[in-house]
Amino acid sequence: MAELIIDDLTVTFGHGAKAFNAVDGVSLTVPSGTIVGLVGESGSGKSTVARTVAGLQKASSGRITLDGEDLLDARAPRRERARNVQMIFQDPYSSLNPRMTVGETIEEALSIHSDRTTAERKASVRELLELVRLKASAAEQYPAQMSGGMRQRVAIARCLAVRPRLIVADEITSALDASVQGAVLNLIRDLQRELGLSMLFITHNLAAIRYIADTTAVMRSGRIVEVAGAEEIVAAPTHPYTRDLVAAIPRIEHAGTDHLLTP
Amino acid sequence: MTRRRRRLPVQPMAVITAIMLAVLVFFAIFAPLWWGEQAVEANPDAIALPPSAEHVLGTDNLGRDILIRTLVATRLSLVMALAATALGATAGLIIGALPAVLGPRAQRAFSNVIATWLAFPVLLVAMLTVILLGPGSVTAVLALALTMTPSFARLAQTLSARVAGSEYLAAARMLGVSRGRQFTRYILPNIAEPVVVNVTTSIGGGLLALSSLSFLGIGVQPPEFDWGRMLSEGFAQVYVSPVAAIGPGVAVVFAGLAFSMLGESLAGHLRRRTGRTVRPHRRLGAAPRTLVPAEPAASAPPLLDVQGLCISFPGEDGWIRTVQDVSFRVARGELVGVVGESGSGKTVTMMSIAQLPPAGAVVTAERLTFDGDEFAGLEPGRAGRILGTRIGVVFQDSLTALNPALRVGGQLAEVPRVHGGASRAQAHAAAVEALQRVDIPDAERRAGQFPHEFSGGMRQRTLIAMSQIGSPALIIADEPTTALDVTVQRRVLQLLRRQCEDNGSAALVVSHDIAVLGELCRRILVMYAGRIVEDVDATLLASPERLAHPYTRALAASLPDLDTDRSQPLATIPGEPPDLSVTQLGCGFAARCAFATDRCRTEAPALRAHAHGGRVACWHPQDGVPVPLTTRAEAVS
Repeated sequence: MAELIIDDLTVTFGHGAKAFNAVDGVSLTVPSGTIVGLVGESGSGKSTVARTVAGLQKASSGRITLDGEDLLDARAPRRERARNVQMIFQDPYSSLNPRMTVGETIEEALSIHSDRTTAERKASVRELLELVRLKASAAEQYPAQMSGGMRQRVAIARCLAVRPRLIVADEITSALDASVQGAVLNLIRDLQRELGLSMLFITHNLAAIRYIADTTAVMRSGRIVEVAGAEEIVAAPTHPYTRDLVAAIPRIEHAGTDHLLTP
Repeated sequence: MTRRRRRLPVQPMAVITAIMLAVLVFFAIFAPLWWGEQAVEANPDAIALPPSAEHVLGTDNLGRDILIRTLVATRLSLVMALAATALGATAGLIIGALPAVLGPRAQRAFSNVIATWLAFPVLLVAMLTVILLGPGSVTAVLALALTMTPSFARLAQTLSARVAGSEYLAAARMLGVSRGRQFTRYILPNIAEPVVVNVTTSIGGGLLALSSLSFLGIGVQPPEFDWGRMLSEGFAQVYVSPVAAIGPGVAVVFAGLAFSMLGESLAGHLRRRTGRTVRPHRRLGAAPRTLVPAEPAASAPPLLDVQGLCISFPGEDGWIRTVQDVSFRVARGELVGVVGESGSGKTVTMMSIAQLPPAGAVVTAERLTFDGDEFAGLEPGRAGRILGTRIGVVFQDSLTALNPALRVGGQLAEVPRVHGGASRAQAHAAAVEALQRVDIPDAERRAGQFPHEFSGGMRQRTLIAMSQIGSPALIIADEPTTALDVTVQRRVLQLLRRQCEDNGSAALVVSHDIAVLGELCRRILVMYAGRIVEDVDATLLASPERLAHPYTRALAASLPDLDTDRSQPLATIPGEPPDLSVTQLGCGFAARCAFATDRCRTEAPALRAHAHGGRVACWHPQDGVPVPLTTRAEAVS
């Protein structure tokens, strides 16, 4: 696992008078073996940061390095890029090929990044499924036969198959039922501890990020407004926007009260 | 989940198609072997004979039997049509679908090529090819392939564009999957079905087109012959022996029909496979009804009284009971939350109460009384008219719930125009006022805008304004804030609550987030696997030890909160919800419940009044209050 450094990243959409900076001078570090959370509302540019780090979006200016290696270099061979950064997508219903079984999906990722024999690959598929707490029989199933939570585990297993140096997780729990979100967060946390993953975790859910991340950065209108420890930032937010975000979280201890109506 | 066995009823058209194709293939293989020489050998003794017992369709100008020649020509005619279609389809797939893995620039370039190619008249392309290459069977096949390519390409392009934008292709690119593999494993399988159907149907058309080319004399050249060539020769002697043209004519029609029907059969088969196979109502018998007797009507009638609501969908092997024995009441001005996982039946219950049940649903109820009117047993259309604007509905997805082609103000004005008989000006004023009430700034100007010019939060507030416009006594909101950011969510929830309190309307709010409902509502209905498992005062959520049902407790505990212990794993609910197409014997939650006993697995607990002031359906409530040990049968009697 490796250290990610984003330095003064700017991503501009559109041309001329209509141009605007979706990401406007963002600098952020993900130290090796930690989870850094990036929170913000829709349109804050957090997903654009994720996609740029993952190589799915071109940067307009700035630098992104992983252990000193330039991630924005488009000439890097595709296998090497894949081993640097992998992304887990928001919607597990659309991020898996409906025409491939779970086993085929994971095996494909394995076959690209190691030259092992078929038998060894089958064994690795079983190991990976076990790692994400799925039964070995899941390998025979198609995504359509699985629930959302199970599909997201498959997407995580596929990502781990590559043994990437950095994982970008883009809103990976927001398409899931509340009761399933906890299980996926538990899994990510356990895996992070077992494998020492470095991860950039994008979400709009401050409670989830507080639970899972080491450090949290709050983004608004393309800029980072506050960076602090995951626990401190919700306990004692300093930026007014962070304070607004924390105050707006619906909380179960306010159930049945008129707290909602307080301004 | 298990793959259920499928009984595919054999379609009569598929059988007929199979027989027709078998006949064609049989003659294509064997006719040239058996009669190949006989079909080309001239017989000066039998020139242009009319039909007779010896020559059923007569003979041609060189004395050859027309029936035998027609049968022998099957091979060349079919091979040419198949070759042309195969060539066209392959070229079309490459030009149309390959650019999807090459990037947006290639997609644009190839799109232009296809559009230009399509603009050329088909006959012109065919003629030019023949002129350039000289007539003959190979030229005819090439000419036809050239004319078929762009339409296949356009189809492949449209279909593959959807795959090109998909996240699974983005994931494949990130994994470093090669472009060739992206094309063969990602693009092709995901566009295959419509392409195969289209290609198969086109074979029939190709056969006809080739026959036309041969008929015009620019296709197959003598001594070779196909059906089109024979038709042309037959026409020469049509006044001597009219039957001469009939043989090959019938063959062309027969083969064309066979391939068109094959395409249709394939399409039908795919439709049945992708869609849920459902059996007709009369075979399934009557839809299941509730087993729980309705509570006696309350002395002070509530605004909404639902007793024994069941919703079933026709499935493959019987009724799928999506919602069972749901009973609850809503008082005037009361805000009630409905919480549950996806598939728990919460949305379909609420939509059925609003008389908007999903297609195919059969809704039965012992009692469904709203504001003094009984709706149980009424057909939804009629019930909807009686209901008018007395129930307002706020849908989940504000982008699809508003008509993108109409101005927001116009859509809001619809309600007073249709239901209230207001004039255009009055309706417009009412619409603007409604927008002002939900805090939309500059409402007059905003009313003239289209839905896409609004932000997500503003659209959701517009939906709330719309639901309020007829001053309904009840608002049903289905996941009204699920797609919104927390700060916007808070504003929308505040607004919903204030509007209800100001107008005295009651609300039923559906969500999968129990914390949202806790802050908004007074009372929470917890749904699991199509039943209400707990009906509880919202204040009890704040102290989970006072909740009775293990599922409600798990739901409240599974959400990470701002003071969750970070050193402990989050509480989760193991397992998956039950398959509702299988009749449930015991409690639906038993398989996932830590407190389940044999009784839970064999006997479903009824929803009954509980000491915490609400109701619970559980044999082992966890709030320390024991339930009386009566069985359900006793409860019914």
